[in-house]
Amino acid sequence: MSDTPLILPIENPVLKVSDLHLYYGDSEALHGISMGFPARQVTALIGPSGCGKSTLLRCLNRMNDLIEGVRVTGSLQLDDIEINDPALDVIGLRRRVGMVFQKSNPFPKSVYENVVYGLRIAGVGDRAVLDEAVEKSLRSAGLWDEVKDRLAESALGLSGGQMQRLCIARAIAVNPGIILMDEPCSALDPRSTARVEDLIVELRENYTIIIVTHNMQQAARVSDLTAFLYEGHLVEYGPTKRLFTKPLSPKTEDYITGRFG
Amino acid sequence: MKPSTNIKSPGFWRLGEPFVWLTGAAMALVLILAGGMLVVVAGNGLGVFWPARLEQFEMKDKTVLLGAVTQRSAVRNGVAHSRLQVKVGNRDLSGADFRWIDADAVARTSAPPDALLVERREFGDFHGFLVRSATAGGVDGLRADWLRVRAEFAGVAELGKAVSKINDRMEGIRRDLLRLRYRNAPESGSAIRGCLARQAELKVEFDRLVAGQTRSLEGLRRHTATFRDAAGREKEIPLTDIVRFCQPNILGVGGKAGWYLEKVWELFFAEPREANTEGGLFPAIMGTVMMVFLMSLFSFPLGVVTAVYLREYARDGWLVRVVRIAVNNLAGIPSIVYGIFGLGFFIYGVGSGLDRLFFPERLPTPTFGTGGILWASLTLALLTVPVVIVATEEALGAIPAGVRHASLALGATKLQTLLRVLLPMASPGIMTGFILAMARAAGEVAPLMITGVVKLAPAMPLDGNFPFFHVDRKFMHLGFHIYDIGFQSPNVEAAKPMVYVTTLLLLFIVLLMSSSAILLRNRMKKRYTLGSF
Repeated sequence: MSDTPLILPIENPVLKVSDLHLYYGDSEALHGISMGFPARQVTALIGPSGCGKSTLLRCLNRMNDLIEGVRVTGSLQLDDIEINDPALDVIGLRRRVGMVFQKSNPFPKSVYENVVYGLRIAGVGDRAVLDEAVEKSLRSAGLWDEVKDRLAESALGLSGGQMQRLCIARAIAVNPGIILMDEPCSALDPRSTARVEDLIVELRENYTIIIVTHNMQQAARVSDLTAFLYEGHLVEYGPTKRLFTKPLSPKTEDYITGRFG
Repeated sequence: MKPSTNIKSPGFWRLGEPFVWLTGAAMALVLILAGGMLVVVAGNGLGVFWPARLEQFEMKDKTVLLGAVTQRSAVRNGVAHSRLQVKVGNRDLSGADFRWIDADAVARTSAPPDALLVERREFGDFHGFLVRSATAGGVDGLRADWLRVRAEFAGVAELGKAVSKINDRMEGIRRDLLRLRYRNAPESGSAIRGCLARQAELKVEFDRLVAGQTRSLEGLRRHTATFRDAAGREKEIPLTDIVRFCQPNILGVGGKAGWYLEKVWELFFAEPREANTEGGLFPAIMGTVMMVFLMSLFSFPLGVVTAVYLREYARDGWLVRVVRIAVNNLAGIPSIVYGIFGLGFFIYGVGSGLDRLFFPERLPTPTFGTGGILWASLTLALLTVPVVIVATEEALGAIPAGVRHASLALGATKLQTLLRVLLPMASPGIMTGFILAMARAAGEVAPLMITGVVKLAPAMPLDGNFPFFHVDRKFMHLGFHIYDIGFQSPNVEAAKPMVYVTTLLLLFIVLLMSSSAILLRNRMKKRYTLGSF
């Protein structure tokens, strides 16, 4: 028991975070986070509101760039690439690291155009390629049978759960390798949530998934690894089953058994 | 203990009923004001072309008047009695074509069936009776003569077109000569000699055509008919001067409708006559529509691009805030100030500069250095661009951040996000601003008066001569037309119907342009904002 490290070291991580500090203006939001994300596994980031889990997630595809006054130090490596390099092609990075948001945000376009958006902006114009990508992505997102007859209709006519799965299909259409999910089910009803959770488990075969969630049962259901963040510190990181049954840190134990559980 | 409020019957004040009434009343007031104006304009404007009954008034002092009653009013100076305003026409015979008469002074009123209403090219309408025409048979004979003369007259008008074409070519050669001489080409050189030779050739052709035209016109003017007014005075009118005529007292509804439609057609497609108080408004309609079109061409892209920069690219600091305040205040500057700016900057600054650069040989006669449709449109574009900027900014700001993030997270650049997602989503809002801008531009008069609008434009900005679109030309405008004929005309009574008609037409054009834009906007709305986020 005593030789189990608080932060599980990961062999050959696809994404490696070392000593990551993030500041919103003068206030520090992440206090030196170091961890690795293994390939083709689902990693859940949990913790109370304001602990920095979404901020950490947004560092991974540089979405924090959009927020004024954010400063990041430390290293973030995707394979051999330094993500924090100011000269990095952010566009290319975001094609490799897709993202699904808390609130489903389809474009006011047809279902088809939503799915191919990422490909189109990357310059793909071949109809056959696009058609294939649409079917493949929608099938992967478990949406194909529901929408195959209404591809030309507006995506805004879909139900909430369908929209969120469409957003997932849209993210995987560009074949990203890594998918970041920021509380993807928090705006969905239980049935839609169950479908998205099943989808996450299926996608694990082909993609590395990092998911931020408020819902601890969800983290327990879908993830292989769980990281617990508290006030900008990574408190504990380990296999989900172990972390939820035998937390090493008293803070983790307080959190998973406490008010939020 | 008594409860402090009565829940069962909360009462008039507690439910906020008075506030509902207040808001409803405000809306009703606005509707009544706007509707009232429309009713006045439409009521007076729509009836103008309907041929009125010609009544013959035999006065107690033995004079006789023939005319249409245009107004009645009660006068109270001691005894109550009423007065009539009668349009008697015959400006050339009696001096004034409107007359106020006392109802008490009328001995007898009748509606003679053979009373004629003759619309003439000069001196307004003639009211009277036919005495004789070349072909016997009363009014039918007159009509046969008139139709024949009119057909021949159309031939002469064709000749006139040929004359103006030659005129244009001579003008071109005159400019070539000016340019050659300005560049100090030798007088004996082939270029100048060629020009002079062609000029002489054209002059001969021009003189020949004009002489022929004058001869045929003189010949045509010999065909006349003799009429008599109500007082018995005879008047010989050349048939070429007659635009149309009818006997309104015996004309059936169908005939009157025909007359009406003919006049409406004339209004839309003919040139004005008689210092703009008669005839058509075609040049003014074209001028207005083209000016608005040109204005949109400048103001729309400029406004949208500026708003995109302000909202999407500029860092939100004090400078942007100052710019935003300035833009909002631009909309409140009196339009005449824009006109003066347009005159000083566009016409005297840019226009004169262009003249010095490209047309120095024509100076001191200005080409672009004087009012024209281009400068008027640019001035109005300046005036309407704040509306477009504000509307576009609002529309862009209303787009949820999630949509931007979704696009960026998929690897889109900012520009791609703008072009593919944000602008389409903002388009209904942008269109709203555009509609407001267009309506404002169509109704604006003051700045136009000093940047290129004229009472009567000799040539339209769009015609069949190369390069077809002459942006340096002065133009006519419906709004200015209203001001001009309503307040600058020597014969205000005669111009009054035209003022109503022109106002109605301007309202109609604004309505047409706005509603087509609204239609477009609704289509965009349906396409881009179905459901909610």
